[in-house]
Amino acid sequence: MPTGAGVEARLPIRSDMDLVWVRQHVRQAAAQLGFGLVDQTKLVTAASELARNTLVHGGGGHMESEPVVSGGVRGLRLTFSDEGPGIADVERALSDGYTSGGGLGMGLGGARRLVHDFAIETVPGAGTTVRVTSWTARPPRQREEH
Amino acid sequence: MSEAFSGPVAGHVPVLRLGDVLMVTLQGDLHDSTAQQLQQDLAETITHSGATGVIIDISGVEIVDSFLGRVLAEIAAQASLLAARTVVVGMRPAVAITLVELGLTLPGLRTALSTEVAMDLLTQGAPRVGVRRESP
Amino acid sequence: MPEHTAEETHGSPTHEVRDFLRRRREQIAQRWADEPLFRSVFTVSRDEAVEAGKAVVDALAEVADAGRVDDPDAAGFSGVREQLARMGVARGRAGLTAAQVSSELATLRQPVENLLLSDIGEAPAEHVRACATTLTVLMGTLRVVVMQTALSEGEALIDRQRLQLLEVATPVIKLWDGIVAVPLIGTLDSARSQVVMETLLQSIVEQQARFAILDITGVPTVDTLVAQHLMKTVAAARLMGAECIVSGIRPAIAQTIVHLGLDLGTVITRAGLADALKYALHQLGADIVGPTANGTGHR
Repeated sequence: MPTGAGVEARLPIRSDMDLVWVRQHVRQAAAQLGFGLVDQTKLVTAASELARNTLVHGGGGHMESEPVVSGGVRGLRLTFSDEGPGIADVERALSDGYTSGGGLGMGLGGARRLVHDFAIETVPGAGTTVRVTSWTARPPRQREEH
Repeated sequence: MSEAFSGPVAGHVPVLRLGDVLMVTLQGDLHDSTAQQLQQDLAETITHSGATGVIIDISGVEIVDSFLGRVLAEIAAQASLLAARTVVVGMRPAVAITLVELGLTLPGLRTALSTEVAMDLLTQGAPRVGVRRESP
Repeated sequence: MPEHTAEETHGSPTHEVRDFLRRRREQIAQRWADEPLFRSVFTVSRDEAVEAGKAVVDALAEVADAGRVDDPDAAGFSGVREQLARMGVARGRAGLTAAQVSSELATLRQPVENLLLSDIGEAPAEHVRACATTLTVLMGTLRVVVMQTALSEGEALIDRQRLQLLEVATPVIKLWDGIVAVPLIGTLDSARSQVVMETLLQSIVEQQARFAILDITGVPTVDTLVAQHLMKTVAAARLMGAECIVSGIRPAIAQTIVHLGLDLGTVITRAGLADALKYALHQLGADIVGPTANGTGHR
């Protein structure tokens, strides 16, 4: 059974160099927890989108990564936090095609489709926290959010 | 996966020239600024060289997020303005599945399984698969 | 054992049980090691069974210490959860029903209770009863934990086997140089569609296949989700530089697709596998010509 050692981490997101480290950390953590190649790729891509959001819209912040277990299924939880301006209209930010940063507008909504659980907390003026979790097998019964 | 441990690639990606075709090979984890630099470099190289085709080999790329996806789409669009066609080659299955799930199907992008096929596509005026049987 | 005389020497029943568990750890584990549950799971040596028993006693003491004797999610159980699951699953594999495993677990209580009663028998009856009840509750909670973990382990096992079965049930056939096909038979659920997608895309790379045929002749129904998966497969294949052809859409399915308002407009479809193959061959520049040149010709 793979261990969780090396999965737990707190990485700064201050520059586009940091995005590379975030991706590499998530890739290694997911591989270590036993994620398949496709799920690894989905999770790394989601992390890349969310970290870029943290950097571009949140003015920088950090990502925390921790292994989780629920109902005997292992998972990886990633939390992206910033103290930026927050998101005024979350529903709109989650819809496809919405962009304020010059991307294709797939950032938040796209990331949500790449993970099993997705939760966002945002306070205008105080920052945004996005927490995502993916599971190595089918999502366990108790899910945070659909 | 040994490449996962290699450091981030920053700076310029070399652009090779094969006749009328420019070849770019992307590898590992790409820096945002490197991708943007490549976009600029290609525009200039196409203008100077008069190349009619661009092949971007991404078989060594482990993830394409919406940023890199946008860069690829923009490279193709700007090349087309400069009268060159772009073919993206060798996208890995996991990357393709992820892009589709992300909602990025990149409809304007030409793709091919290998550089040979891409070369065929670019050097024969129209793609061979488009040739139709004459109707009665 | 010191005499239990004054009321204040008796802590709360929960603490009494906790102290008892810590004190009698060795004896309880020894007795459990002879019970069928431990004996049949830890077959290597009796010591192994005793060690496993001690771990469980420690967990119970920790749970009692936290005052959460009736909480199966108590943190104290986390250390032994995996071991308990293994025990539950092992008994299940040995052919025992859940009810039988549960009653085997129930038999663990009696030896512990006997020990407890012999330890605190001198105390006031009220206190003894309260301690016995606490122990019963705690052992009941242990049963719940084992059943829970065994169930979820079982589910995980079923999931793994299901996935293996799916992979076996999804053969990718090379029909020609540059053409692969997947004949899909049976119901396509979301998990299977995922496996089909991954297997097909992988074979596109391995075979350098410019065309991939998804034959759904053997698929009884197509719902929105399955149709979406087909479209996603087509889109992903395109990103890789291959074209998918969906063949074998039966009239009923065609009706459903139209009825559901699904737009397969960008997907190449053919009536049968043979038509799809012919189409792909033609696109590759290799037309089929019958020996008498009357195949599909117009002459």
